[in-house]
Amino acid sequence: MKKTIITVVGKDTVGIIAKVCTYLANNRVNILDISQTIVQDYFNMMMIADIMDSAKPFDVISDELAQIGEEIGVIVRCQREEIFDSMHRI
Amino acid sequence: MINIYEVAETNQMIEKENLDVRTITLGISLLDCIDADLGKLKDNIYHKITNTAKDLVKTGKEIEKKYAIPIVNKRISVTPIAIVAGAACKTEEDFASIAELLDLAAKEVGVNFIGGYSALVSKGMTKADELLIRSIPLALSKTDRVCSSVNLGSTRTGINMDAVRLMGEIIKKTAEYTKDKDSLGCAKLVVFCNAPDDNPFMAGAFHGVTEADAIINVGVSGPGVVKTALEKVRGESFEVLCETIKKTAFKVTRVGQLVAKEASKKLGIPFGIVDLSLAPTPAVGDSVADILCEIGLEYAGAPGTTAALALLNDQVKKGGVMASSYVGGLSGAFIPVSEDQGMIDAVKAGALTLEKLEAMTCVCSVGLDMIAIPGDTKASTISGIIADEMAIGMVNQKTTAVRLIPVIGKGVGESVEFGGLLGYAPIMPVNPHSCDAFIQRKGRIPAPIHSFKN
Repeated sequence: MKKTIITVVGKDTVGIIAKVCTYLANNRVNILDISQTIVQDYFNMMMIADIMDSAKPFDVISDELAQIGEEIGVIVRCQREEIFDSMHRI
Repeated sequence: MINIYEVAETNQMIEKENLDVRTITLGISLLDCIDADLGKLKDNIYHKITNTAKDLVKTGKEIEKKYAIPIVNKRISVTPIAIVAGAACKTEEDFASIAELLDLAAKEVGVNFIGGYSALVSKGMTKADELLIRSIPLALSKTDRVCSSVNLGSTRTGINMDAVRLMGEIIKKTAEYTKDKDSLGCAKLVVFCNAPDDNPFMAGAFHGVTEADAIINVGVSGPGVVKTALEKVRGESFEVLCETIKKTAFKVTRVGQLVAKEASKKLGIPFGIVDLSLAPTPAVGDSVADILCEIGLEYAGAPGTTAALALLNDQVKKGGVMASSYVGGLSGAFIPVSEDQGMIDAVKAGALTLEKLEAMTCVCSVGLDMIAIPGDTKASTISGIIADEMAIGMVNQKTTAVRLIPVIGKGVGESVEFGGLLGYAPIMPVNPHSCDAFIQRKGRIPAPIHSFKN
């Protein structure tokens, strides 16, 4: 099963994780792992998610998450795991 | 499991350092379109291209979305038209009408360039080859997206000096025919020595006759990524410098390999090669010259440039080769002038001359690329420059190329704007001394000896 990596980058503010996670829960996207750091006030989060059970296809989820990101002033990006695997694993 | 730092590194490369896949190029064989009837030939070509490539742009966009990696260009290369249309085309106008058809097909499927308006004449020209070459000025002035290339020599055959002489005239004529657009036609015309069959990059892409019916070739790019990686090892030894370039090239190439495999699967067309390249764009931070500066030069062109470039080119290949299952095309660092802000700055500062660029082409891909020269440069002088560059390729068993733009009506000190990825360039001075008598000689330069290497 190939996973989806969701990253959120932007100015730290209240409720970023809540908003993103609410959307994911409503769309039956399972979160497998979350990690986050704050570098110089910049919020940096990565989720590894499984979208297999979602009724929506990858590109719709990707667009809608980007839209949510815009509303709260952060950049939300969805990418398939393979790009990171191929770049960082031999 | 992938960690947050690796994810952040990849995304930083894409967002801040201009990592992208420069091109997915679909090579299409037109050999099965050949017909002696011009109308029938055109029908065949149009249908073959528009059928084979109908999903190319859409697939490219899907892959972009899936990995959030920009795929800048989607392109097509076809079998050299001199071979395909030799039986049907009896005049220059016949050939030019094929170029117009290719242009139409490119627009129909939404690709930004189509390459293969080409002739391979490294040893001799057939009647069709010569007609196609003579039709290039007309073809490039009537089309927007067609790219033309001519292979003039090879290590095995020597250099066809009759064709070199002709190409000097054709380049001048192409400049004249497109003078209202700053001689833009010449930006889409390149001559080669040892032209590869599977090059995905324009203007020199064509689908070689040794290739399969259709094939996916991918060119990656990431000068900005290499530059940023090198910023972190300033002052370190050559060992550290080289290791850093290799590791970075590996990562960049892996993205190309992933995209190539994915495109191949989605389109149901076999994967050909990844071209391991550092291809600059005029965007700030996307420059090969900046890497040379980061290695330790004040400007590209300063003493040490050839050595620094040799090192860079070799490490890019060493890192990239392991990252891809098949490597081909031109593979190396490109040093176009108008498409690289650092090179433009070096020319403006007086650090980089045509002669230094020629020396640089001995150690990297590809050649004298996107160089604007005065519009009144003689055709024989252009042929002389071409002959020099072909000789470098022939003797060193490497691909070399020349893409010069004699800008009609402009001279040294002025500059020319091509727009988009083609960039802009200050017009460079050319050695004013004559080579007329040399170029007027007929025939060809014999192939070099392959023994007694010194």
